[in-house]
Amino acid sequence: MTDKIVVKDLYKVFGDRPDQAMQMINDGIDKAEIFDKTGQTVGVCGASFTVRQGEIFVVMGLSGSGKSTLVRLLNRLIEPTSGQVLYDGTDIAAMNDEELRELRRRDMSMVFQSFALMPHMSVVENAAFGLELAGVAENERHERALNALDQVGLKAQANSYPDELSGGMQQRVGLARALANDPSVMLMDEAFSALDPLIRTEMQDELLTLQREHKRTIIFISHDLDEAMRIGDRIAIMEGGIVVQVGTPEEILNNPANDYVKSFFRGVDVSTILTAKDIVVKRQVTVIEREGVGLKTALNRLRNEDREYGYIVGDKLDFHGIISVDSVDQAIKSGADKLSAAFLPDIEAVSHDTQLSDLIGTVAHTPCGVPVVNENGKYLGVINRANLLATLDREGDGANG
Amino acid sequence: MFPEQLNVPLGKWVNRFVDWLVVNYGDAFEAFADSLLTILVWLEQILRGTPWWIVVIAVAIIGFHASRNWKIAAGLAIAMVTIGSLGLWDKAMQTLALMIVATSLSVIIGVPVGIAMAMSNRLRAVMLPILDTMQTMPSFVYLIPALMLFGLGKVPAILATVIYAAPPVIRLTDLGIRLVDPEVLEASRSFGASRKQILWKVQLPLALPNIMAGINQTTMMSISMVVIASMIGARGLGEQVLMGIQRLDVGAGMEAGIAIVLLAVVFDRIGQAYGKRSHRSHKAEGKS
Repeated sequence: MTDKIVVKDLYKVFGDRPDQAMQMINDGIDKAEIFDKTGQTVGVCGASFTVRQGEIFVVMGLSGSGKSTLVRLLNRLIEPTSGQVLYDGTDIAAMNDEELRELRRRDMSMVFQSFALMPHMSVVENAAFGLELAGVAENERHERALNALDQVGLKAQANSYPDELSGGMQQRVGLARALANDPSVMLMDEAFSALDPLIRTEMQDELLTLQREHKRTIIFISHDLDEAMRIGDRIAIMEGGIVVQVGTPEEILNNPANDYVKSFFRGVDVSTILTAKDIVVKRQVTVIEREGVGLKTALNRLRNEDREYGYIVGDKLDFHGIISVDSVDQAIKSGADKLSAAFLPDIEAVSHDTQLSDLIGTVAHTPCGVPVVNENGKYLGVINRANLLATLDREGDGANG
Repeated sequence: MFPEQLNVPLGKWVNRFVDWLVVNYGDAFEAFADSLLTILVWLEQILRGTPWWIVVIAVAIIGFHASRNWKIAAGLAIAMVTIGSLGLWDKAMQTLALMIVATSLSVIIGVPVGIAMAMSNRLRAVMLPILDTMQTMPSFVYLIPALMLFGLGKVPAILATVIYAAPPVIRLTDLGIRLVDPEVLEASRSFGASRKQILWKVQLPLALPNIMAGINQTTMMSISMVVIASMIGARGLGEQVLMGIQRLDVGAGMEAGIAIVLLAVVFDRIGQAYGKRSHRSHKAEGKS
């Protein structure tokens, strides 16, 4: 994937003497001391990261961590103090007013936490607002606005006014307004935070659906880890104006950079974030079913490895079944010689993207490790009670440490 | 006693300044006065020349257009007829013309000044004390230099009215624009709006209810100036009040007073109805 937005060494100092504060930052003095001595607030401190084309990049942090400032530096609603924001290689921080307006009208739109709709305009006029600013003719912008409203399921309300709509519907209008000029980048500043949980989830699904159809680059600000985990391809975690970690949800969950990052996950239900593939283990006896491999061979392998159960796969690692020492013994006694005669009944492989929360019952009721397969039926390994429990206990682990 | 050495001869300075203005710029002031007078006289002739019932119907139609309520329209028509039945129709039309010109001038000056004040905190800091002065300074104080510059009659009356009546529309335009939700402004900027687009497409439409309230107040204040303006020779209902005072004719004064109040009610109802409509224009349109 190509890099859509590259942020290099971005700083924002609020106050009337940013140079002085920058000097102190370079001398390694921390934020709190700079504020005490000069009254300058460091909003964003040396942020560097890359957003790839077509991904949902979530910036997460507590309030006051500088995430809302950061997103406004990207489209220069707030002027950066120093640093670069490269959009397809062009430095946004160096653009003149005209270039900046063009960028905002064509390439980069924004959705706000408070919706920020124009109360004096109807829904369709709101959706067409960006196009109107760009000077698109009335007929065309009306059509494109209706099309955008259609995408968010609000076409029927086109002639209503924002104050006649519920919060969720208002934010759909905000989303339609951002979609109408078909931008390649969307900045979403806590876009769903003001909505109640049920509607929030609905909107997240909506966003993911839209994203499947048009791969836009989305930078999504959130303070809600569940939301970040749910929609984010990659997550950047901010603390006190500094980007402390960037990575996929699993990477961050498995290797938190510091205690601050770890503390985010304390309240999180790991079982709804991790899926079977995240905790699958491979150290099992697998037997490839082919000509010449019979029940006796399999039994020998199990005995040699001192294992109770064996996993039978095909030559393309496609999962066939599970055998146990007892089932093989019985099969040999009854005179069979195919491996399938010894397969344990009632054990099904689970899909690699099953959430851990949905696996708990299966793992508990299966005597052996539960086999995991990918979407092509390829065997990936197993999940046993020990590794599932250890993963779920991670949370308690964090609280104790 | 305050020591005499510390006295500042401000009065003398002002006199000298006004004298200097009259000597050097008298012609320019006169030219300005003439053009204003032309407009006023033209409007006055139209209003006085139009048959009374057409004016009454026009007021009713405007009232209905503003409020979408035939009761209000009928009430306004009755108020106008009452003014006529008091025998003050002609004088009321003179006052009406004076008010329309003074109010229009106030709005033409006031709205741009209010916009400029909303854009610049420095200008606002300068303008606020000036506006306070305009509203609290006794009007006779500036009626005298206005007389010297423009002579007796309608023009100084209009200017005195504008000085007194313009502050509300200036203040409320400034307030209306400043009250526009900063998040809406940020959203406009994020979609690439220029300053001009923000002003015309966002700030002014959203400030409109406040601007309309300011215009309404300006109108009311210009009506209250008619009596004072009559002292420097403006004709109309104020003149009648003045005459009532001078002749101790309480009845005549009362009649003229009632006519002024009725005129004020007519303007107020129309202005308020338009203000409400600008507030929720789509609702009103939806109902009609």
